[in-house]
Amino acid sequence: MIFVLLTAVAYSVWLERKVSAHIQNRWGPTRVGPFGLLQPLADGIKFIFKEDLTQPYVYKTLYIASPIIAVVFAITAISVIPFGNSITIGPITTPLQITDLNIGLLVVLGITSMGVYGVALAGWSSNSKYSLLGGLRASAQMISYEVSLGLSLIPVLMLAGSFSLREIVNKQQHLHWNFFYFPLGTLAFFVYLISAYAETNRTPFDLPEAESELVAGYHTEYSAMKFAMFFMAEYANMVTVACLSTLLFFGGWLGPVFGPPIVQSLLPVLWFCLKVFFFMFLYVWVRWTLPRFRYDQLMAFGWKVLLPTAVANLVVTGLVVAWKPDIWLVK
Amino acid sequence: MTIPLSCYLILSGILFMCGVLGFLIKRNIITIFMSIELMLNGVNLSFVAFAAQWHALSGQIFVFFVMVVAAAEAAVGLAIIIAVYRTRETLNVDQVNLLKL
Amino acid sequence: MHLILFLFFGGICVAGAVNLLVQRHPINSALSLVVVMASLAGEYLLLGAEFVAAIQVIVYAGAIMVLFIFTIMLLNAGEEERSKGSRIAILLGVPSVAIGGVLVAWTLLRHSNTPSVPMFALPGDPRVIARFLFRDFLLPFEVTSVLILIAIMGAVVLASKPESVARPSAAEPAQREARELVASGRER
Repeated sequence: MIFVLLTAVAYSVWLERKVSAHIQNRWGPTRVGPFGLLQPLADGIKFIFKEDLTQPYVYKTLYIASPIIAVVFAITAISVIPFGNSITIGPITTPLQITDLNIGLLVVLGITSMGVYGVALAGWSSNSKYSLLGGLRASAQMISYEVSLGLSLIPVLMLAGSFSLREIVNKQQHLHWNFFYFPLGTLAFFVYLISAYAETNRTPFDLPEAESELVAGYHTEYSAMKFAMFFMAEYANMVTVACLSTLLFFGGWLGPVFGPPIVQSLLPVLWFCLKVFFFMFLYVWVRWTLPRFRYDQLMAFGWKVLLPTAVANLVVTGLVVAWKPDIWLVK
Repeated sequence: MTIPLSCYLILSGILFMCGVLGFLIKRNIITIFMSIELMLNGVNLSFVAFAAQWHALSGQIFVFFVMVVAAAEAAVGLAIIIAVYRTRETLNVDQVNLLKL
Repeated sequence: MHLILFLFFGGICVAGAVNLLVQRHPINSALSLVVVMASLAGEYLLLGAEFVAAIQVIVYAGAIMVLFIFTIMLLNAGEEERSKGSRIAILLGVPSVAIGGVLVAWTLLRHSNTPSVPMFALPGDPRVIARFLFRDFLLPFEVTSVLILIAIMGAVVLASKPESVARPSAAEPAQREARELVASGRER
């Protein structure tokens, strides 16, 4: 599973470079392998061989630990995400999930809120003004948008009645996706998406790592393998957010299922992968289309616009679910 | 597979004692505040342990309220610390000993 | 099995708490407190309180401690100095607290016929907790929400910058010059 995730992370980098290139009317990586498909491999080899500078004035322990913290928490969040229904191959039935906890959604939220430490400690331990500013801004941004992230997920919980991710998907059968639960589910989806973009420090909210404004923000002083680990952590967070969006709002692995049993077990996985791919594409598309928010605009937007919207959405959804509890719910 | 309740209570007591010790020894305001949080955590553990023993769920619910109060207190306390730092330029408790500068 | 896990999480807990006392830089103390909270979440899981464990990670380790670390980074707290007061405190404090701890532990162990707690004793799933929280404990719930509101307002007021002396802003000379340019342009 980790191997699948790391490959997905590497190829999301490729996806980003190709899509950004085509948006900017150029080709992107084409020389390494057909369509540049071996580019991530070349990048990985480059990162391993790059010189690993460690400045003398950093706080050694935290400096080395921060990228490890970031990567560990980013990859752990995948462990509760189900990829499809249980597959029965021969006598073995495997649920396509590492563990199915009945608080699965809370676990993902908890792990992403621990991911703030990687960023904050990286900025602080680098002992340089750009890094400290970038680290402070990034951690303030992340904890601000965590609030609206959590609040926007509560309507989904009300509609599904459980924290377990598998249960939430199973309630969305027959195209009763939470996204189509107009207007509450749609609004919840957009609030979640915007908060998740801010949580993963992606444009239009990527001031903490903005290349043109803060040198490189909190990972200025990192080189080679440690920078590669921050990179991987960011893309792994993106993959987690894309997976959660499909599971919570777009029906996860639900889609037309047909054919012989072996195809029937694999088709949900295909639908899941297609939907996650769509969300990764959306991430890259938004990044290269929208300009960047300024920091005070960013914080004002998070606290003054998104938070009241999420709370109002929550209240209205609560009222609707209490009034007609079986509206849209599949027994 | 059972553990006597006193094990959990001793662990909770150790945490509480470490919190008290930190409160007495340390000279940095922020570290003192963190020892208070450590004390609250120790108390939370004993609440949950008793709730597990008596199968009374109110122990768990009370843990929520303790956490909420700790969060509110942390927010206000850190704001006070920032205000104190702005005026006195120091975080050492021994030097914050005058009511008026 | 229960005992091994309990000792594992409990050992990490106590090690983190002692590390908080021993470290001189506040950021190391803050990080060891995060370790304590994470291991406490493990202890809660052992008792079956999974929702409390998740909330402990999200609220305590993921929000409150981030706030602490944020403040330490902002105020640039340096290493602690050993002053006369702190030496006296260590000399008197450590033995007395150690004696107090031993007293508590001895009292607890003397009454060691307390019933045992099995693993996963609590029904900790959110449904049960929600039923309790929103029916029997509704009043404390509402009161704590008012408390949080007051805390937010208090924190914002306390941490906002005091009113500084009004200085002419940096934009004023530029604005004046721009106005003059426009006026002179119109004359021509």
